[in-house]
Amino acid sequence: MTVKQYKEVLAKPLLEENPITLQILGICSALAVTSNLSVTLVMCVALTSVVSFSNLFISIIRNYIPSSVRIIVQMTIIASLVIVVDELLKAYDYETSKKLSVFVGLIITNCIVMGRAEAFAMKEKPFISFLDGLGNGLGYSIILIAVAVVRELFGAGTLMGYEILPLVSNGGWYPANNLLLLPPSSFILIGLMIWGIRAYKTDQVEPNEYKLSGHATAPDLSKRELNV
Amino acid sequence: MNDSVLKTLTVSFLVCLFCSLVVSYAAVSLRDMQNLNKLNDQRIKILKTAAIYDPDESIEAQFSNLTPKFVDFSSGELLDSYGEYDLDTYDPVYFSKQPDHSTPIPPSEDIAIVKNKENIGKIYLLKDSSNQLEKIILPIRGYGLWGTLFGYIAIDKDLNTIKGLEFYAHKETPGLGAEVDNPKWKSLWDGKSIYKDGEVEIEVIKGKVDPSNQMASYQVDGLSGATLTSRGVTNMLVYWFGESGYKETLNKINYDS
Repeated sequence: MTVKQYKEVLAKPLLEENPITLQILGICSALAVTSNLSVTLVMCVALTSVVSFSNLFISIIRNYIPSSVRIIVQMTIIASLVIVVDELLKAYDYETSKKLSVFVGLIITNCIVMGRAEAFAMKEKPFISFLDGLGNGLGYSIILIAVAVVRELFGAGTLMGYEILPLVSNGGWYPANNLLLLPPSSFILIGLMIWGIRAYKTDQVEPNEYKLSGHATAPDLSKRELNV
Repeated sequence: MNDSVLKTLTVSFLVCLFCSLVVSYAAVSLRDMQNLNKLNDQRIKILKTAAIYDPDESIEAQFSNLTPKFVDFSSGELLDSYGEYDLDTYDPVYFSKQPDHSTPIPPSEDIAIVKNKENIGKIYLLKDSSNQLEKIILPIRGYGLWGTLFGYIAIDKDLNTIKGLEFYAHKETPGLGAEVDNPKWKSLWDGKSIYKDGEVEIEVIKGKVDPSNQMASYQVDGLSGATLTSRGVTNMLVYWFGESGYKETLNKINYDS
């Protein structure tokens, strides 16, 4: 493995093969934890560390995992890492862990973690698997942070809890957009991002699965035979 | 062979063993810190409700300014001891879930959807330097939109004027119902009155309070976009300051002093 390859594994998932915008994975938590930037940052750190270390550990024992139970073994490792992260959060950042509540636990079911374990770590060496996990975690983080910045700034007028746009309700001038604080707004934001990225990187556009044929001419009813 | 039964069992067993060791080590070694966080979090809320919180001072020291008391909901009496339970660590919410220590509330009376109420509650008294009662901090809880809101309310020594309100746990929508944590909204409560001729009249209304209204001192601005949360807050105040809540106790305190 050369340094160039390492760099490629790390950098590709950031934009080119981003887990959220290209593979459309991990959308669930992108909807749930992006209404507040500081919470989002903690979630990103949590997910990035889980996906990196699960890739590392799974890759270390990849040659010993029997294929019949490989998913269960992967899940066991991922779940253990998530519990450890959750316990650490509860001990060292109690405020944020209260806000994240079940979403830390739900990293276990995050498709990115399982996807990278199954697609990459089961085949590649430990160090490069770790980098792959790191890259994918960062790719996920970039999108989440972008969504969170828009949602918190225009939905609540704050960033990291600091007031940027003074709200009308607090005597300022900015009328908050409450839609942005509700989960569906992240769908819209992520959709716009995917559109933007695919307009710029046209190779990401998927070919049509089928093509609509042109309008068929209407049948001539006067020649229809009546079966009476 | 990787796929033999023996190998499969061995690998599964070793992975499980190793993972369980890691998880239990993390859980056990961090438990004290987590419990301390939980306790401090609640204590900070109580101190904030009493408006005596100073982030630079130790929580322990500030908390010792408050005098906890047991409340017997059936008689309204304040008690200094209850069975073998320690006044400092007694958690009313925990005991509200123990069948031996709680009473189910009949649905017709349960306007705040509290469901089970502990027989013995716990309140805090704040006394001034000459040992005179200054404020009383009462725990309250009730259902909002998505779940139960847990909080504390501080009332003045006249036993009718609200001095502060804080929620330490709730599941309301960020930006809408979760605005119960908004400092500006919380500050609206300061100085509002609860009882009018013995009836609980305090209410979170829809829209803004009209200051010229004669009921203005019993009304608080509603949270826009959070009608159900606002109604939940009203209901919990009506419940906890009503006959089955602290009303009896407050009457007793009034009588004593």
